Amino acid sequence: MATQELDLYEVFLRSRRGLDHKHVGSLHAEDHEQALEYARDVYTRRSEGVSIWVVRSSDICASQEDDSDSFFDPSDDKPYRHAMYYELPKAVDNM
Amino acid sequence: MTETDLKQATMQYVTRLGDDSIILSHRISEWCSNGPFLEEDLALQNVALDFLGRARMYFTYAAELEGEGRTEDDFAYLRDERQYTNLLINELPRVDFAHTMARQLFVDVFNTLFLQQQLQSKDETLAAVAAKAVKETRYHLRRSHEWTLRLGDGTAESHQRMQNAVDNLWGYTHEMFDVDALEQQLIEAGIAVDSAALRPQWLEKVTAILTEATLTVPEDSWVVRGGRTGYHTENLGHLLTEMQFLHRAHPGVTW
Repeated sequence: MATQELDLYEVFLRSRRGLDHKHVGSLHAEDHEQALEYARDVYTRRSEGVSIWVVRSSDICASQEDDSDSFFDPSDDKPYRHAMYYELPKAVDNM
Repeated sequence: MTETDLKQATMQYVTRLGDDSIILSHRISEWCSNGPFLEEDLALQNVALDFLGRARMYFTYAAELEGEGRTEDDFAYLRDERQYTNLLINELPRVDFAHTMARQLFVDVFNTLFLQQQLQSKDETLAAVAAKAVKETRYHLRRSHEWTLRLGDGTAESHQRMQNAVDNLWGYTHEMFDVDALEQQLIEAGIAVDSAALRPQWLEKVTAILTEATLTVPEDSWVVRGGRTGYHTENLGHLLTEMQFLHRAHPGVTW
């Protein structure tokens, strides 16, 4: 069977309870169920996870490199959005 | 039966279980780098390693029961064909992916039932092995169940290949439910699993899966047996030649 006939899935793992799921890689599978099983076999062989998410890569809507001007640059000149911009009163010792 | 006899019988029984595990493990491992695609290749090797782990536990225990200083390696690598007592279904060539998955389905359904009983064994080591193996086997069955559906209810070719595999292997499934005098003694002692009693449940479950996969359950028109008494198909000798080569060429080699 050629992998071209299979869908690509992105795999997210939660390594411990309380942590977030993190993207760990991708794999080919026929459907969600099989993707979950392969994710288990490919990415959790050494007990790396307690929970797996898989999502079809084509279902992910991603920002485009070309859009970075309008998406991210406007934040650069707005330092007041960072806590560091504000001077703390002396009374507040450690924050 | 004296305690020594019981120990000796248990040793033989445990060796049988170890033989089943290591031979099937080796057959599955032949898919390594030959799998249909990368993900399935890895998944198959996980299953092969689960069976290898089981073989080690059984052989180590058999060596301990025997008490003559042999090790798991002696059991795995220094016994010849006639001394191997695995069920024949485990030694058959992998042929194609359909044959591999059909065998896995038959064996996995059997193992889920078998290990569930082994959990209750009065022999603590056997019960402990079952506790570990039963979880692995549930996952193995999940895989072989799904592949049977995919292939059986897939394309015309995958359906045909799966049906051929089921037909070719069916006559080898009966041996799984044979109980000889040795096992009968151990069943009475609460040590061994009464596999003959598992056949109705096995048949029901396998029939349901095959039917769901649009496959036909074969008629019981032929049976092959002999593995437990050391009478094997011509395939085991070839398998052992490859499996035992390294150990026989370099005795005691470690890495």
